[in-house]
Amino acid sequence: MTDFPWLLAMIAVPAVGAAAVAALPKGRDHLARQVALGVSLLVLVLTVLATVAFDTGGPRFQLTTSVSWIPDFGVDFALGVDGIALVMLLLIGVLVPVVVLASWRETAPGPRSMTAFWAWLLLLESLMVGVFAATDVFLFYVFFEAMLVPMYFLIGSFGGPRRQYAAVKFFLYSLVGGLVMLAAVIGLYVVSNSQLGEGTFAFDALRQLDIDPGVQKLLFLGFFTAFAIKAPLVPFHTWLPDSGAEAPVGGAVLLVGVLDKVGTFGFLRYCLPLFPDASRDLAPLVLVLAVIGILYAALLAMGQTDMKRLVSYTSIAHFGFIALGIFAFTTEAATGSVVYMVNHGIATGLLFLVVGMLIARGGSRLVGDYGGVAAQAPLLAGVFLVAGLASLALPGTGSFVGEFLVLIGSFPEVPVYTVLATVGIVLAALYVLLVYQRTMHGPPRGVLLERAPAPGPVPAGGGGATATTTGTTTTTTATTTATAGPARLRVSDLSRREMAVAAPLVALVLVLGFYPQPLLDLIEPAVAATMVDVGVDPGTAVPAGSGLTTGPGGTD
Amino acid sequence: MIDTPELSLAALAPLLFVLGAACVGVLVESFVPRENRHPVQVGVALAGTLGGLVTTLALAGERTVTAEGALAVDGAAVFLQATIAGLGALAVLLFAERSLDPARSAFVASAAVPAGTARDRELATSEQVQTEVYPLATFAIGGMMLFVSANDLLVMFVALEVLSLPLYLICGMARRRRLLSQEAAVKYFLLGAFASAFFLYGLALVYGATGSIRFSEIRAASTAEGTGTLLVLGLGLLVVGLMFKASVAPFHAWTPDVYQGAPTPVTAFMAACTKVAAFGAILRLLYVAFGTSEWTWRPLVYGIAIVSMVVGAVLALTQTDLKRMLAYSSIAHAGFLLTGVIGLGGDGGGSGLAATMFYLLAYGLTTLGAFAVLTLVREGDGEATHLSRWAGLARRSPLTAAVMALFMLALAGIPLTSGFTGKFAVFRAAIDAGAWPLVVVAVLASAVAAFFYLRVMVLMYFSDPAPDGPTVGVPGLPTTIVLAVTATATLVLGIVPGAVLDLADQAAIFVG
Repeated sequence: MTDFPWLLAMIAVPAVGAAAVAALPKGRDHLARQVALGVSLLVLVLTVLATVAFDTGGPRFQLTTSVSWIPDFGVDFALGVDGIALVMLLLIGVLVPVVVLASWRETAPGPRSMTAFWAWLLLLESLMVGVFAATDVFLFYVFFEAMLVPMYFLIGSFGGPRRQYAAVKFFLYSLVGGLVMLAAVIGLYVVSNSQLGEGTFAFDALRQLDIDPGVQKLLFLGFFTAFAIKAPLVPFHTWLPDSGAEAPVGGAVLLVGVLDKVGTFGFLRYCLPLFPDASRDLAPLVLVLAVIGILYAALLAMGQTDMKRLVSYTSIAHFGFIALGIFAFTTEAATGSVVYMVNHGIATGLLFLVVGMLIARGGSRLVGDYGGVAAQAPLLAGVFLVAGLASLALPGTGSFVGEFLVLIGSFPEVPVYTVLATVGIVLAALYVLLVYQRTMHGPPRGVLLERAPAPGPVPAGGGGATATTTGTTTTTTATTTATAGPARLRVSDLSRREMAVAAPLVALVLVLGFYPQPLLDLIEPAVAATMVDVGVDPGTAVPAGSGLTTGPGGTD
Repeated sequence: MIDTPELSLAALAPLLFVLGAACVGVLVESFVPRENRHPVQVGVALAGTLGGLVTTLALAGERTVTAEGALAVDGAAVFLQATIAGLGALAVLLFAERSLDPARSAFVASAAVPAGTARDRELATSEQVQTEVYPLATFAIGGMMLFVSANDLLVMFVALEVLSLPLYLICGMARRRRLLSQEAAVKYFLLGAFASAFFLYGLALVYGATGSIRFSEIRAASTAEGTGTLLVLGLGLLVVGLMFKASVAPFHAWTPDVYQGAPTPVTAFMAACTKVAAFGAILRLLYVAFGTSEWTWRPLVYGIAIVSMVVGAVLALTQTDLKRMLAYSSIAHAGFLLTGVIGLGGDGGGSGLAATMFYLLAYGLTTLGAFAVLTLVREGDGEATHLSRWAGLARRSPLTAAVMALFMLALAGIPLTSGFTGKFAVFRAAIDAGAWPLVVVAVLASAVAAFFYLRVMVLMYFSDPAPDGPTVGVPGLPTTIVLAVTATATLVLGIVPGAVLDLADQAAIFVG
């Protein structure tokens, strides 16, 4: 069992699934989504089994597979995971089936077939697994760039009214970062060539290099640019609100929930261990960007009228917290960051999904078009509240554990930045509660006041309805009894499918909030090993930590 | 008593094959009845190019200087000759396509009839076709193959003319939009004649400075005596002549007009084969003749590379015609190729040569494929090359759009396509040689370039088709073969490039 190539299977299964879906004849949309659901569930099973096979006290990289790929470049098709990568794979495993289910009734704008949507989604899953599982820097880069293509098509073919603009902006921003990183990747190879006598891209070998500080800074900046665009940190963030708002809801969940984590994952996996001196020297720069991001994005979030843009901006603020934790150089803070990465994926994913459900009902993305939804759809409002509270990191939700660890871990090292970041928590409460209050409570407003034929009145810029179904509206109008006046749009509560979408994520938010220990056990040794790479004593205890003793021992 | 020059016929076999086929083609033109001529000509041209390809492959590993030192048959020459012959065969297949144009050929019925006359209108729908294109193209291919193995400046000049003159002619032989095509031919000819003159003047100066036209002797002379003004001046003029053929900015002015005006199969041929040949000659000239005095040309090439990348990438942004856009893309790619040229050490070390050769192969196949797709999308009688006409193509013909998207991704250098492998290889060579600022410029230019490749994909996939949009022709067997080969190669060289990289690596040897 332990020799089974788990990671390879997790890359191959969705890739084959994508090919199979793409090969389906036209008009077999239903079969396509069934295949997509089946494949994504299979990947979930594989991730869970891989987690079982993973030994938290074992060597740093496990479940490794390595085949020579391009010998002339010294590239291996090398896969392996540490605890950090593994929890990201778990996140992918959970989110993709949820997204498939959430997009079940999605329709494409125009007379397009949805088969392509499912094929791209599965291909995206395959590449996302690859990017986290690669232990060869070249291979990582290949997945990092290739990942753009399916997401580009998801946004561009199936997104909102400004999807063309958003898709191109997304692609170009990421590509620019990626290309700068490519130069740094090659630079790293050249350094390895001169130091080891043979060029290599293997992460474990590159980690041992002793790079000249000046060169280190340049290479660090190359990698950092790519990851800062991906994550995104503040001056590089403008693509995310556009992409998040225009992407179909399922795509947006994966974009913000997983794709962007590649940026923060990259800081932790590549920037810190490969360029420890440069990381320490340039950390103040990153911290400034992180704190600006936390405050600025939170303020912008409050000012948004479009719900999907709002959620995108909250994510930018959260990425600031994650970056703060990583560049504070303590095991606690970095562990907190990884915990936050996972929980942010779940919480923001849930928030995007529930916003998507609301938009599907009202046909508008604008906050101002909703009001008093809770009276008619209490479950929807409840899920919205849970997602919102998880997003503002209320104690009892998983995000709190992450945020708290980041803050207490960072405070001893970088008190000023931490104090400033704490202001962000207050702002987070504001933007979440304000939008909740405006849309869910109060008198009915906006689209709820008019009974319009589906897909409802679409205000300028709010044509999200073209991308989402109105099927639920029609079915439930028949079932609800007429309690409100005839001039009101009836907002149906969650359908059974939608409950199946929300339930696992709500459960995860709470479980990881009350019992984060298994997650911490997975993450901590890997973070400790990373801290050893940077030359920081990993010994500072994590409050609930038990896996600490394995810290330094688990490096190699 | 005159000694016969030593001549290794075996080493010359590929050239003899191709040029022989071209001569046979001329005879076919005179002796075979008109109705049988087209298939015979296609057969002869294919036999010549494929024969050339097979014989070059048989020569793999050959390292000789023959014909009294005038020709170097070494790894690089053989690799590039095989590339040219292979791409040439694919281009001939594109020429031979009979099912796309309603008049059964992209070439004019009779080139001598002035455009716009009554006779011309009469011939416009005739199935008659000017079959001279095949021997002309075969001569050009022969010239290109000679170009990359020329080991002295005079042979290089002769090869330059042998490859250029037929090209000037076939550029003017489009069936549709004949005036545009003829204008392109004249422009190409005039500017090409200038470039040839530059080359010839450079040749004379170098001869004056070193007393020889043989590369090995120029090398020895420049090592022993250092480099005088005359030599540097001569080198500069030679480089101008060659860069012109390679359509490197700032010597690129002809490229967009000629690419746009020439019949699309000819454009494909020029974009793929001429580029390979010109870069083969540039590499050989710079490294074999001037390898020991690199400081004379390295800053020059460095600067030209930057100009070419920036000019190509930025100007392509404003193009609205696909053929012009691909022309500027070819200028930008010439710049990327020059980063590989910088990556070769003066002693022939470094991975620059192998990287540049791999890039040439990958780029040639991809760009040939992209132009082949252009021939499919038609409107009225001609091709719909205006960008806006491609809107919603994916809806009309998903397969055509998918193939085009693949080529665009490859040209943009996205991983898992040949374009990425090539870019990686040349960038690595350049950084290895310490030229990292050049690589930073190159990656930024790549990002700019990605925008216009993406724009084609946006149009094809994300835009709604116009109601009176172009039709997508069903390609005949020749074009289908070309598309299948180029698309497969683009993927294979991206996913499992190991074998070909190995081949390029082993072939990366200059003798002289």
